[in-house]
Amino acid sequence: MNVTVARLTVRGLLGRRSGILLLVVPALLLLVAVIARLTADTPEDLAATVLGRLGMGTLLPILALVVGTGVIATEIEDGSIVYLLAKPLPRHWIVTTKLTVAIAATWLLAAVPMLIAGLLLCGTRDGVAVAYAAGTLVAGAAYSALFLLLGVATRHAVVAGLGYALVWESLVGNFVPGARTLSIQQWGLSVAKSIAVQGSIAADVALTVAVPLLVVVAVASTLLAAVRLGGLTLAGEE
Amino acid sequence: MAVITIDRVSRWFGNVVAVNDVSMQIGPGVTGLLGPNGAGKSTLIHMMSGFLPPSAGEVALDGVPIWRNQEVYRAIGLVPERESMYDYLTGWEFVLANAELHGLADPAAAARRALGLVEMEYAQDRKTGTYSKGMKQRVKMASALVHDPAVLLLDEPFNGMDPRQRLQLMELLRRFGAEGRTVLFSSHILEEVEQLARHIEVVVAGRHAASGDFRRIRRLMTNRPHRYLVRSSDDRRLAAALIADGSTAGIEFDGQERALRIQAVDFQGFTTLLPRVAKDAGIRLYTVSPADESLESVFSYLVAS
Ligand SMILES: Nc1ncnc2c1ncn2[C@@H]1O[C@H](COP(=O)(O)OP(=O)(O)O)[C@@H](O)[C@H]1O
Ligand SMILES: [Mg+2]
Repeated sequence: MNVTVARLTVRGLLGRRSGILLLVVPALLLLVAVIARLTADTPEDLAATVLGRLGMGTLLPILALVVGTGVIATEIEDGSIVYLLAKPLPRHWIVTTKLTVAIAATWLLAAVPMLIAGLLLCGTRDGVAVAYAAGTLVAGAAYSALFLLLGVATRHAVVAGLGYALVWESLVGNFVPGARTLSIQQWGLSVAKSIAVQGSIAADVALTVAVPLLVVVAVASTLLAAVRLGGLTLAGEE
Repeated sequence: MAVITIDRVSRWFGNVVAVNDVSMQIGPGVTGLLGPNGAGKSTLIHMMSGFLPPSAGEVALDGVPIWRNQEVYRAIGLVPERESMYDYLTGWEFVLANAELHGLADPAAAARRALGLVEMEYAQDRKTGTYSKGMKQRVKMASALVHDPAVLLLDEPFNGMDPRQRLQLMELLRRFGAEGRTVLFSSHILEEVEQLARHIEVVVAGRHAASGDFRRIRRLMTNRPHRYLVRSSDDRRLAAALIADGSTAGIEFDGQERALRIQAVDFQGFTTLLPRVAKDAGIRLYTVSPADESLESVFSYLVAS
């Protein structure tokens, strides 16, 4: 961890236009939750749709993608990363610091609204709200690590990230059950399921599979990102 | 004493050879890296600043390889060519952050000193995004100077500066050079290099074309022999006519190329002499090409600009 890197990263996230998008995501989730609460007879029936599909399935990966790439890909893209790299700092510090910022932002902007939305829909019933929030915490951390890696590894991080989250996890996962085994969203749901009262949340992956995979993805992504950043080259003029 | 050694270094991108078997040493004082656009200057500076591994050969600072060695940044200050730099920070915040990243004992004092050196205190509280090109260049410079480095690498530092800023930066670099620091800057403009650099390294098309002080480079450019490859309707008679004229230093027939290799005495004279001699003898010229094209083009470029 390096305080200066963290400070620059936070200011970069907030200082850019994409900063607005970071607020849209939680606002949208809360708005939908409020509407459901006010209009539905039994809002708790909508928990799986609002919290699971919309929240964890769509909004969380989008948010994590904006954050995960925003903490590093933008700087690599415009070349300003030079000012961090041309310093006697181990490059894995830069990666772990930026990852910490990304995870904190994802938790703040996704897990907290998820908890509030859950409470709006279900109150404290069956521990559903807390369970979804916990699922969002772990999935959010894994997404952040993966998307940060994409930000370091490819110039097309956003496209690759959207491809993974929306095409692989949502589209392919819908039709090919096997694909769900390799889905951060499903791992998060698996954690959520284990926390809530039995039968209130459904997940396709067993907890004994989900947890090790979450850890592996988070740790491996971080290591790879550090190695990649260590060997980052500056492309010359075309 | 900080010396950067470039030892038989090549760098290619796919099948583009950006730097081709270059060896040079950059020592204390101001050195100018001169060459036209695309010559490989930035590629060399990227390798000297640890942002690009050589494809072959080695780049070292005082004998220690630079690639994948973060410790070298204690001794190196880099002013990159690209402009982007945390636009949402003020000049002060930017330079201070750089001082902190170096882990300096008193980063605020170091930032103050560096901003003073480049005379940017007056604008230090404005966002860098609002700066002009010249101001950005100076704040980048301050960020490279916060840790008082022994080596300063600058890629095209005078781009976008007005004449006054240019003079000011030259003065500053000259001072660093006089203090015994190793200062290397790249430029494609002869006058800039001439005014500032005590030592000049010329690169052309990825190759190390010349090296020396300014007078030596000038001499090389104007006095060097010029070789041409010439094909005509009657090479034998053309050779005889040129020999008779007496203004060439050497002519030989290259059987393989089926062409004459001609060494001209003076470049200006030869370009008018050759067509005249050919016309008088009724010989048609098919090809007249400089035998050492890349060098030729840069020298004429440098002399012309
Ligand atoms: N990342 C890259 N990929 C492909 N070609 C490159 C890359 N960087 C530089 N080159 C090529 O290498 C040559 C030297 O480029 P460069 O070092 O930027 O020259 P200079 O700085 O002297 O203008 C050019 O032909 C350029 O097109
Ligand atoms: Mg260049």
